[in-house]
Amino acid sequence: MRRFVLRRLAYAALSLFLLSVTIFFFVRVTGDPTVLLVEPGASKSDLEALRHDLGLDRSLAVQYGAFMRDILRGDFGRSFYYRTPVLELYVSRLPNSILLAAAAMAFSLLIGIPSGILAAVRVGGFWDSAGKLFALLGLSMPSFWVGLLLILFFSVYLGWLPSSGSGTAWHVLMPAFALGWYFAAAHMRLTRSSMLEVLGSEYVKLARLKGLPEMRVIAKHAFKNALIPVLTLAGINLVLMVNVAVVVETVFAWPGIGRLLYEGIAFRDFPVVQATVLLAGSMIVVVNLVVDVLYAVIDPRIRYER
Amino acid sequence: MTDRPLLELDRLSAHYVTGRGTRVVRAVDEVSLTLRPGETLGVVGESGSGKTTLALTILRLLPPAARIVSGALRFDGEDLLAKSPNEMRRIRGKRIAMILQDPMASLNPLFTVGDQVAEPVRVHEHASRRSARERAGALLRAVRIPAAAQRLREYPHQMSGGMRQRIVGAIAISCEPQLLIADEPTTSLDVTIQAQYLKLLRDIQREHGLALIFITHNLGIVARMCDSVAVMYAGRVIESGPVRQIFNAPAHPYTQALIESIPRLGGGPERLTAIDGQPPDLATLPRGCSFQARCPRVVDRCREDDPPTVQLSTEHSARCWLAKP
Amino acid sequence: MSVSPAPAAPSPVASAPFTYRVPRIRTEGLPMLPIVILVTLAVLAVLADVIAPHNPEIGSLSQRFRPPAWIAGGSTEHLLGTDHIGRDVLSRLIFGARVSMIVGFTAVIIAGVLGSTLGILSGYLGGWVDQVIMRVTDTWLALPGLTFAIFLAAIVGPSEWNIVIILGAVYWTRYARVIRSEVLSLKERDFVRLAIVAGCSKWTIMRRHLLPNVLNTAIVLATLMLGVVIVTEAALSFLGVGVPPPKPAWGLMLADGKKGLMAGYWWLTVFPGLCIVLMVLAANLLGDWLRVKLDPQLRQL
Repeated sequence: MRRFVLRRLAYAALSLFLLSVTIFFFVRVTGDPTVLLVEPGASKSDLEALRHDLGLDRSLAVQYGAFMRDILRGDFGRSFYYRTPVLELYVSRLPNSILLAAAAMAFSLLIGIPSGILAAVRVGGFWDSAGKLFALLGLSMPSFWVGLLLILFFSVYLGWLPSSGSGTAWHVLMPAFALGWYFAAAHMRLTRSSMLEVLGSEYVKLARLKGLPEMRVIAKHAFKNALIPVLTLAGINLVLMVNVAVVVETVFAWPGIGRLLYEGIAFRDFPVVQATVLLAGSMIVVVNLVVDVLYAVIDPRIRYER
Repeated sequence: MTDRPLLELDRLSAHYVTGRGTRVVRAVDEVSLTLRPGETLGVVGESGSGKTTLALTILRLLPPAARIVSGALRFDGEDLLAKSPNEMRRIRGKRIAMILQDPMASLNPLFTVGDQVAEPVRVHEHASRRSARERAGALLRAVRIPAAAQRLREYPHQMSGGMRQRIVGAIAISCEPQLLIADEPTTSLDVTIQAQYLKLLRDIQREHGLALIFITHNLGIVARMCDSVAVMYAGRVIESGPVRQIFNAPAHPYTQALIESIPRLGGGPERLTAIDGQPPDLATLPRGCSFQARCPRVVDRCREDDPPTVQLSTEHSARCWLAKP
Repeated sequence: MSVSPAPAAPSPVASAPFTYRVPRIRTEGLPMLPIVILVTLAVLAVLADVIAPHNPEIGSLSQRFRPPAWIAGGSTEHLLGTDHIGRDVLSRLIFGARVSMIVGFTAVIIAGVLGSTLGILSGYLGGWVDQVIMRVTDTWLALPGLTFAIFLAAIVGPSEWNIVIILGAVYWTRYARVIRSEVLSLKERDFVRLAIVAGCSKWTIMRRHLLPNVLNTAIVLATLMLGVVIVTEAALSFLGVGVPPPKPAWGLMLADGKKGLMAGYWWLTVFPGLCIVLMVLAANLLGDWLRVKLDPQLRQL
């Protein structure tokens, strides 16, 4: 088990390194760093001075070194717009995104898993067809459009829910639904196919041969096995949700890191953009690591892997 | 031992209907068998001959696309076809048990061995967790698994193939069934382990007075283990009777060919005889005898009408136009 | 249109009545719905200049925020209403189809070609080539597509062509991963071994033996990716870093539509969104059908 964890850790570290190199590369090499890293509105003479300050006249390797040194110290630059260190901004907004993602994930699992199981157990029946339709629609509708429709319906027409901001449970409902809708469909689909596969397996056959009541066969033998891939996906999706909520957060003016990214591009505040992207990637790498380890805890077969 | 047969199949047929009624696969076709308590019956045939479907039919665990269309099925005097799903469920595992071919796939990877062995006891006898656990330990010892107490806490993937098959055996006998159906239990085991396992089955059978249906394609095992044998081809039993009689005087050309194809040592350099051709598609069986395409002794009659069951002696029968009592 | 059967007995051409047989298109088994949708969109895209009733980029302010024709205040002049500058919604939708189709297909093709090539190279050559490509792929896969695309768009600036390239650059990794694992298993197959024994060069093997075999997977993946790409492009345009105005892109229309949302001008949001959903739906359905048709084992996609 320990070796397993260590290997995964090393792998994660390598990914983080490559991530930083990639981002660095894109900014300094393909982009024009003098435009990006400098406040809009700087005069020509200021530009020259800033070029030197930012070390843009030194070699790439040295620049990268400085870049990494700063990051490891927690210095992700300052926001042009807010005039505060980006890291501070990010950390203050992150909990909101996590909250939104958690709510959306809960919604997607509560809808997705039971409907998937129902579709699998009643395969070919009404619930299966309804489920397939739901999955198809869910996977085809962009989350931000769902959000806009929700606002149209619940804020403009019915006036029940607030259309923007955060603060109360009412504020979370629509964004969570909008964000979770797509994932509910994805989870439902996976639960259904995973359950179908498990229901056809030999050990379920044996469970029936043992004379176990069907309820027990499904709830005990089939369910836990079927759930494994779904939970893995959910774990990956959770952190995905935190990061792709950009558009949903923008639609609902939800103060999370997604909205922060939007503000970064809207206000041409590049340090914010760069930091958000870097942190997004890092977060995902770390969470993947955690999910891998958790997976090993649930499924005993993984622990003893080489 | 009473004279009443434990298991009786009387012209039992199970068909798969697919393609919205257009394709009918006669997986089990008018099978008649008798099994007495404590007796061992071997069911022999190639892949696709319907052996496994027959087993599932007896347990009434056919997939939704299949249906029992005619015939009678009696177990210990009771009509199994008349039983409700719940009643059948109580029979499965408790009075009739089954061992499947692949032990790794049969065991749930997420639960401990102890949990899975104790489960039938807990469900059928409503035993407490503790007493079921003790039973499980005793069962593991009965199938000769060393360090049984330790094994109870382990997971299936931590065991060897031979051990897993024994565990599956332990699960099967956990509620003291009257009949055990073993579907090719040694096919996926190493040759060196097969003999041990067969011996174990024999011993368990003797101790518990089990009747055993042994499904296999290996005639050698049949010769060693079984009292009587039923040879299946294309869903039908084409010959059945006591092992001795069948091996000494096989009446059906297919049985003859099977016995002849067993390679023998010390007989000098002979050519290995194989049976030409492939088993027929069960959805499009020819008119007449289903073995006609591959039979070395086929005559015109075989292509016209289904051969009847010819009784060659009190216990030995064959479905062939050429069989004479 | 009726079909006249050809005459039973062949007669000399001069005296035979002229019969025209309409070629029967086999429709059994084809997924009609997605094909109809995609073909319709393609037709709209190509014939936009002819079909659209108005100029999509110019509007008259006196006509702003007109509702669709069947609602009070609307007119048949603007069947689906107008936006905040008075531009006709229907025309913008039709021209938007052109944008979506071009961007969508081009991006998918770029990503597909790049990803498949790298996947084949990586899978077949192995060694450090594999390691390098795989590490890069894994790293880029760690970044959500949308985030990465926004990042790149912020760097290079929005334009229609930049978007296509960006989308290609972001999504090639999906292909590389899948194609590589397929190549890994193909490598062990006999026909590859035979080719090696016959003395084919590595490049020949990759080109003539591996490529055709992974084509199936690549095509299925392409249809599935089309939906993703469309949604990403819409999201980028919505956020303002995608297709720049005044070009009509459905995502942009949604952004504009948001301005009128609180006032209840629903048609500016519903119709562009419906178009996006239709296109993505068609891509997904087609992808599903292809997946089942071409190889049931591709389930894991």
